[in-house]
Amino acid sequence: MIDVIGRRAIAAVEAVGRVGHFLLDLVRAVPDVRTWARPAIVQLRRIGVDSIPVTLFIAAFTGVVLALQASYTFTGAVPLYFVGTLVGKTMMLELGPVICGLALAGRVGASMAAELGTMKVTEQVDALETLAYDPHAYLVVPRVFAGTVMFPMIIAFAMAIGIVTGWLTSLALLDLSTPDFLKGLKLFYRFKDVWFGLFKSGTFGFTITCVGCFVGLSTRGGAEGVGKSTTRAVVYSAVLILLLDAFWAVVLL
Amino acid sequence: MIEFQDVHKAFEDQAVLRGLSLEIRDAETVVIIGYSGTGKSVALKHIVGLLHPDAGDVIVDGRAVSTLDRDGLTALREGIGYVFQFAALFDSLTVAENLALGLRRRGLGDDEIEERVREALALVDLSGTEGRMPAELSGGMRKRVGIARAIALRPRYILYDEPTTGLDPVTSAVIDRLMVRTREHTGVTGVVVTHDMRSAYTVGDRIAMLYEGRIRQVGSVEEIQQTEDPVVRQFIEGRPE
Repeated sequence: MIDVIGRRAIAAVEAVGRVGHFLLDLVRAVPDVRTWARPAIVQLRRIGVDSIPVTLFIAAFTGVVLALQASYTFTGAVPLYFVGTLVGKTMMLELGPVICGLALAGRVGASMAAELGTMKVTEQVDALETLAYDPHAYLVVPRVFAGTVMFPMIIAFAMAIGIVTGWLTSLALLDLSTPDFLKGLKLFYRFKDVWFGLFKSGTFGFTITCVGCFVGLSTRGGAEGVGKSTTRAVVYSAVLILLLDAFWAVVLL
Repeated sequence: MIEFQDVHKAFEDQAVLRGLSLEIRDAETVVIIGYSGTGKSVALKHIVGLLHPDAGDVIVDGRAVSTLDRDGLTALREGIGYVFQFAALFDSLTVAENLALGLRRRGLGDDEIEERVREALALVDLSGTEGRMPAELSGGMRKRVGIARAIALRPRYILYDEPTTGLDPVTSAVIDRLMVRTREHTGVTGVVVTHDMRSAYTVGDRIAMLYEGRIRQVGSVEEIQQTEDPVVRQFIEGRPE
């Protein structure tokens, strides 16, 4: 029993050390712009542009459901224009960043872990090193940069689409006019709602890409190892998103 | 010159190298032979600093690899070409881009990169494959692209990790001829890790047998062929006992 606890404690300390080492290597690689600038452009497209359809799809239906659930909850108790308030606030502060973040943890984090994991087990990462490249500069920095920059942009679109579909739902299915929806939307609006959501999205992007890269580059074994890494990247990213979400709520709200 | 000085390396509890000492002189090709799992590839990775010894050191051109900082390691690697066992081509890049990647790192202009890529592919008889993806190539072609990637760098040293493993006899002979031709054209120093004895006799100036983590015997091709050492004899003749 003590033996098992001891081994797990050592493994946990080692894992923390590896993460620290990874982050240090990442920071050291940042000044090597000549190496990471070109692959960063590819990653900006892959992480950013290619993620827009799935994110907007999720955001659109979230907006619809939010409007309907708000109406269901408020009917007979709260004026219906508060549907606009709830849709706006929730999309900006919480559901836009978190739901889309979780979806992108699956899409972006998993694909990064699988790609880098495959490169690792097929010695492509070693090959990169023998060509005098720093793998962190060539593989990690472009992905983390692209994730941190593009997540707020994608999620800004998601927030907007969620609010628009919430408004359209209110018009089509609820007894709510456009002026009433806008009245509710503006009622408790503060600019902080937007920047808080976008800032949080940036931290999610940073976290998901770091986890994907770290897990991918730590892959061992063959196809089985790549499969495990992919699962690990999604699970760790999802857990960290929820922890970060709570952390920023405590610190910034 | 590359020199292994009493190199020890273990992975967890398993000791792989147990006092490896070997000298590779300039402009020669040394073939390291040995049973599977005896640490031949591990030894090779120590030369470029992909692995670091637990004890002892590898000296390349008078510099101890394990003491090099980041910049020192980059400078060292710029002088070494490495051919991986399964080629390790970047599967998201075309053949030409695979070759160009290392050249771009060395600050060469586009015209010179294009010229070197063309030249290296011609040397391995793969002219015209510039735009193809690695997945579209056969195993032998991938290995030849891997060799071209190393040659294009015009390195002082080329390290070959199991260059003929998994290939048919004819393709293996093509790869052997290519390694010989590369040395004749460039005068490069080579280290070849293999357990293919036909390949070892064709490309090697000297052959060293790695056994139980250290060099059992090193000598010219003729010396190895006429060895009286029972372990080396059994290996080179491929006898089960």
